[in-house]
Formats: sequence, structure tokens, C-alpha cells
Amino acid sequence: MESLTLTDYEQKYYSDLFVYCDTDNTKKVASNGRVLDLFRAAQLPSEVVLQITELCGATRLGHFGRSQFYIALKLIAIAQSGLPLRVESLNSVKDLPLPRFVLGKNEAEARHAALYTDTDGLFPASAAAVMPRPPGWVIQNKKGPPASTSLPVHEVVQPLAPSIEPQPEPTSPVVSPHQSPPTSPQSWRKHKRQASGGNADRQPVVAPAGAVWTHFREAQAAGAVPAEGMWPSHSPPPPGQESWVSFTADTPPSSAIPGMHPSSAQESTTIRTVASGATANEMQRQTSGYDDPWKITDEQRQYYINQFKTIQPDLNGFIPGSSAKEFFTKSKLPILELSHIWELSDFDKDGALTLDEFCAAFHLVVARKNGYDLPEKLPESLMPKLIDLDDSAEVPDQAADVGYSGSPVEVTPNKSPSMPSLNQAWPEMNQNSEQWETFSERSSSSQTLTQFDSNIAPADPDTAIVHPVPIRMTPSKIHMQEMELKRTGSDHNHPTSPLLSQPPELSEEASLSTSMFVAGNAVGDGYSSSDSYTSDQEPITRQRSLSGTPLPTQSSAPHTGHRSEAEVVPGGPAALTASTSPQQVPQQPNFADFSQFQAFAATDQPSSLPEDDIHSEPGQVEKPSEGAGPLRTVKSDGQVDERVPATVSSAKCSGSGPLGPPPKPVRRRLKSEDELRPEDEAPGPQKSNIIAAVLATQPSIPRSVGKDKKSIQASIRRNKETNTVLARLNSELQQQLKDLLEERISLEVQLEQLRPFSHL
Amino acid sequence: MAVCISVIAKENYPLYIRSVPTQNELKFHYTVHTSLDVVEEKISAVGKSLGDQRELYLGLLYPTEDYKVYGYVTNSKVKFVIVVDSSNTSLRDNEIRSMFRKLHNSFTDVMCNPFHTPGDTIQSKAFDGIVSGMMVQAG
Repeated sequence: MESLTLTDYEQKYYSDLFVYCDTDNTKKVASNGRVLDLFRAAQLPSEVVLQITELCGATRLGHFGRSQFYIALKLIAIAQSGLPLRVESLNSVKDLPLPRFVLGKNEAEARHAALYTDTDGLFPASAAAVMPRPPGWVIQNKKGPPASTSLPVHEVVQPLAPSIEPQPEPTSPVVSPHQSPPTSPQSWRKHKRQASGGNADRQPVVAPAGAVWTHFREAQAAGAVPAEGMWPSHSPPPPGQESWVSFTADTPPSSAIPGMHPSSAQESTTIRTVASGATANEMQRQTSGYDDPWKITDEQRQYYINQFKTIQPDLNGFIPGSSAKEFFTKSKLPILELSHIWELSDFDKDGALTLDEFCAAFHLVVARKNGYDLPEKLPESLMPKLIDLDDSAEVPDQAADVGYSGSPVEVTPNKSPSMPSLNQAWPEMNQNSEQWETFSERSSSSQTLTQFDSNIAPADPDTAIVHPVPIRMTPSKIHMQEMELKRTGSDHNHPTSPLLSQPPELSEEASLSTSMFVAGNAVGDGYSSSDSYTSDQEPITRQRSLSGTPLPTQSSAPHTGHRSEAEVVPGGPAALTASTSPQQVPQQPNFADFSQFQAFAATDQPSSLPEDDIHSEPGQVEKPSEGAGPLRTVKSDGQVDERVPATVSSAKCSGSGPLGPPPKPVRRRLKSEDELRPEDEAPGPQKSNIIAAVLATQPSIPRSVGKDKKSIQASIRRNKETNTVLARLNSELQQQLKDLLEERISLEVQLEQLRPFSHL
Repeated sequence: MAVCISVIAKENYPLYIRSVPTQNELKFHYTVHTSLDVVEEKISAVGKSLGDQRELYLGLLYPTEDYKVYGYVTNSKVKFVIVVDSSNTSLRDNEIRSMFRKLHNSFTDVMCNPFHTPGDTIQSKAFDGIVSGMMVQAG
């Protein structure tokens, strides 16, 4: 059997046909009724069919394997084009039209077949027509052998439906929820009008359902699955239609959709095969112009949520990797593709799927089953959104995923229970972690948090400091928080009273300069103490972001560098920052709601800042509130940021990411990470300079609430670059630390040796 | 910047090996294989002295006239070996470390994938992307 080269359309078309025929899901199709019907539908003389089967090798094997099936289909296409049947013609014939299978006896079907081959906007009409056709219409149009032909087809299809049903549920439902091309409903209705003259009563019922149905079909569009031809179109619709129509007749179509899934799964599978091919070309055009092919519709989403519930009753919980693996393996996709889908959908790389991740994965599986190629990167509409706290403040691109945001919202607030480790570590921080969770839950899994805890929690309550530092809504707010942090940190070592009173009074710029000055001082003094160093990080980084001065970057750089050394970070920093953290941790519960956060307008910042000695408290309040705001506004950004932190700093460092709201700009994350891992060894000033130089080159990050996604991504890239640099620095410093530790050990050994002499 | 990047499993069989295709790949396979001895030596040596935490980055394993070989071992004894061209003198130690860190992160992500069984060769597009990014970009 010579190798067969197929075009994309052919590939998809054949694979759909094969799936259709592969009722036993054994990847080989016996010469069962469906295959024979298919070949019969090709309207070729029987001897030709026999010749084809012989040529493709099925007679030798006794069944149609996938390759035989494909060869057979291609030979059918060749035969239908009138070319002689030769094995060598398999690959030599170019631009071969797809094999046509016409089961329907009515001219409408043939018309559809013709339409299909046109692969034009006409197809949607035909596709739409074939799919949601009320039985009445079918009966009407099947003038020839209306009942008789439809019945056998129906019977053929009906067995298909039940046979599909035993299939893993994900497989068939996978097919159903898809968006329909915008034109298809219209064409469908048009077709309905022309087709179902006497079906006026049905039309209203079916039309909306059909629209929904085509809505389902549409989703498959982008993959350009070649149309199966009219043959499948004929058979699936009648049974599908009947059951579907009856269903819709009982209940409103819209509400019926979710319920339709199980029953419609089978129909959708068959109908999909019909529609998918048809929609290929125009779908592509339509989807690209109309809506995102990767968008999950509400019905799909509801279905996914139901599926999620079967595995994990808690919508805010995770599906562990093993359960997800079993679930998606049922879809019978190759493991490699499932692995790729997992890579795309597990956004926070935690080995577990949140609801959003699960929906994205499910959607990708559906798309893949329908022949769509998997994207290299996760489409935006499938990206799990971090928070849906307040959609009003959300980035504009959130609006596109209206149906999407529904579940995240409900999932969000409940996510905190899934972070028990975090809550255990810092009971006072529970409220805070909730807030973070809201935004960070998607980005950080409990696994990450657990990891974080094991690495940091015991020793590094200072992370609490980090959290409050989150995304800032306005520069002044951030600045205020910086001031607070700075005050908090510096309280331990050198209280900067001037700084305390200043923030509320100074203008943003003035206070910036002041804090910078203070930061500069702290930097000088702070090397010896991690606390001040830590606090310096924040204002410094903020200032840097605000003013882009190299000075702050110096101090922040080493910290970031240290911090990013995820695996090797010693517990030292934790101890250092421990003193600051308790102070701040209690504050966090104060912070609270996003309503409060909203009240934190920029102008309110100074007034809300505590001017008392309890600087840390206000700082905490500020920071969490800031975190909340940015959380809302930077949902997607935060999530990306979370992804970045998770990527860059594995294990422990990633913990800082989840704990702190994903810093909106680069600075945020730097800061949180810095505070997470302040190093206590003397950082190399020369390295700081290098880092400063690197960081200084980065422009300040815009912080507007409605930040453009592109700028966010750009800032993320910059952040990554900075991380790389800082990681290098970190590694060098780690090496220094190692050397010092070795020296220390050797000295201790010597001391031990000398001790006996001294105690004689 | 690297000429060859490889991931070796705990049992010392390759999970992933990728070289700049223009050169003789077999030579790099051999180089990586021989570097495993050096890696083992370094692991055992470090274990004796410190005993607590072993540095993951092993540093330069051995230089040859054409290239240098760097090693990195994870705590689960999975080894990463990077071969870089000797003519590329601008590569600092930190850059190599960062490359290893990226590799390790990507490797962790691959391991987190439930569809990947540990011990299988790595067939992850994301991992391939990371590795390609680290390979000789300028040729």
C-alpha cells in the first residue's frame, strides 16, 4: 500500500468519516453497514466499489484500517471524478474534489452536495440546512422515498446515536458546543423558510434551537474540517432533528441546550461531521472576522462546568492531574496531543486544573476532535482569568468573555479554601490570602502554594509583606504603600520619622523623591539587615517604576536576584524578614474589600494612609487594597504575571507569585519577589550596578487601570528579562554563599579540634 | 548559544537530546555520554564534603578544544548537560546558570503534565521551544 498524501481538508474530512464509521472505536472499521452505506452513497457502480476495497487492501486485511479507509475514500473521489482507478493515482491526482456521498434522494441534498463542493458562503446554508432540519421539513423534502429512505437512514443513524452514547461522554458532548458561524443561523432560517413551507409552526421552535445548534456547530468552524458531504448530512439530521426538536418543543430551546448535551451529543457528532466540512472555508472566514473560534459559548461553558462537577464537586477546587488524565484520555485523542492540550491549558503549571483551565482544556479537546489544529499558544479567550471581582474595573478585553466570566466569578471567592496551606501558615492572613486568591487563584495552585509554604512559610512570614504590595491602582497609592512598607521595614532598623509624616503631605513626586532618598539611606544601611533591605525593595522598585531611576534598581536587583534562585534559597531571608512580617501580617485582615479598595481613589490615598505610628497597619491596608484593585483590573495581566513568576522562579519563588496579587507591571513582581527572598549576605555592589544598569534601561511601567494588554505583555517581557539578569546575579551570590558556608564549616571544624585543648 | 542540550534521566539514559543540526550530532551524543562520568564524580564528591545541600549547578565539567561542557543535576538525579562552543567566549557563568534554570523550570512543567510519564522521552512543544531558544541562535 503506497503512502497516501492528503491535503488538509482531505485529512480532516477522511478522519471525520472514519470517526463516523468507527462505531466500535477500535480504530479499524470492519466492513459494517455504515462503511457499506458510505460507499453506496458514493453512487459508484458496485464493481468499482469492490475494486476500491480491493485496492485499498481491506479485502486482504478483512477490515478497514484507518489508512485503508483513507485510501478507499480517495479512490472514491478519484472514481467520482471519472479518473481510472489506479494505486499510483492516489498521490498523483492533484486538486481532487472530496468524495461525495449522497444518501439523500431529494434534490435538496444533491444541491447541498453541490453547494458543498463550492465551498462558499453557500455552504453555510446547506450546512445549516442539513443540520437543524425539522423532521417535518425532512419529510417534505424527501419527495422520492420520503419515509422509506429516511427510515433506513434514520435507522442507520439511530444505531449511531446509541453507539455514540456509550462513548465516553466527553467525546460526544465535546462536539456539540461550538459557536456557529454568524451567517449560518441566517442561512439556516432562510433555508428553513424555503424548505419548510408547511413547517411554520415548527420553525419558531426550531429556529432558535437551530440557531443554538448551529451555534454549536460553528465552534468547530475554525478547524476547516472538510465537509463530509451530504451523506452524513442526510442521515444525522432526521434522528437528530426529531429528538432534538421534540426536546425543544417541550422546553425552551435555550434552556434545553444544556440538557440537550447528552442526547444531542450523538446528533451533534453526526451533525458535526456534516457541518464541519461544510463550514470549513467560510467558517474560517467568518470566524476570523466575526468572533473568536476559541471562544466558549455559554452552553458549552455550562456543559464543561457540569463535566467538571462530575469529577470535582467543588467548582472552586482543582482537578488533579490523574483524574484529568483519565477524563481526557476517554476522548481518544493521542496522548501526545492530550499532552499538548494540557500544556496549553494548565496555565499555572501546577499539575491540576481549575475550572477555567478545565474548560479551556475541554474546549481544546473538542476542537481537536473536530479537526481543528491545536494552537501553539493558548488563545486569549481560553486563558483562565484571575479575578472577576469587579468587572467594571476590568480591562476591556474582559468584556469579550462575558459568558466566561460568569463562572470565574463564582469560583473566585470560594477559592480560598483551596489554599489551606497558605491559610495555615498565616492565619492572620486569611483574609488577605482570600483576596489574593481571588486574583491569584487561577495563577497559583494549591500545589504551588504548598510548595511555597514548605519553603517559605515556616521561615518567611515576610511574604506577608509581599502580598500587600500588589498591583497598584495609581502611582500615588503605590507610593503610599511603598512608604508604608518602607516605614515598616525601616522601623526595625532605623525609623525614618520624617518619612512617616511626609507621605500624606507630600505630593506624589515629592514623596517619591523623599522615599527614594530614604530608600537610598536604607539601602546603605540595609545591607546589613534584610528587613530594611526588604522594605527598600518595594519603594525602590516602585520609584523605579515611577521615575525610572537607577538607584532603586540597585538595591532591588540583588533581592530579586536572590529571590529568583528558587531552589537554593536558604531560610536565611525568611528569618530576616520574619521580624517584619508579624508586624504586617496582622494588618492584613484590616484590608478588605474591594469596595474599600475602590474607595481608595488616588486622592484618598494620602488621607487614608495612617499617619500614626502604626505605619505598618496602613501600609498593610494600602497594600492589600492595592492588591485588590489591581487584581480586578489586571486580571489577565496578573494571570500572565503569575505565569511568569511561576515560570521564572520555580518552587519557592512561585509561591511569592500566588501570594501576592500578580504585580501589574514588572516592578510589582520584582518587589514581591525581592521581599520574599532578601539575602542577608552582602550583595556585590558591582552586581547591583550591573543590575541597575539593566533595570534602568527598562521604561517605567504604565499603571493605568485600563492598561493595554500589549503593554502588559511588554512589561511582562521586560520583567522576564530582568528576572534573567537577576537570576544570574542570584546564582553568583549563591555561589558566594556557598563559599562562605564552606569557610564557616571549616572554621567550625577547626574550632572543634581546638576545643579539647582549651577545656583540659 | 548552546550547541547541544540534553536531559539525562536518573538511570543515565537520555530523555531528551538536541543539537544544532548542522554539526555532527553523534559527536555530541558521545560528548554528553562521556560527561556523565564527570557528573557522577562531582555528585559523589560534593555529597561527601557538605552533606546537606548540594549545589545543583555543577559548572564546567570539562573543556575540550572545541567546546565546553556544563552540567546541572536536580535533586532527583536528572541531569542536564549543555555543550557550548568554545569560541563563544562571551558566555558568562551566570548565563549558563540561567540557561539551566530555564531548563529546569521547563522540565518541571513537563513533569507536571499528567500525560507525560516520567521516564519517557520528552515530547513537549513548550520544552522544545525553550530549548530552541537556547540553542545557537546566531548560528
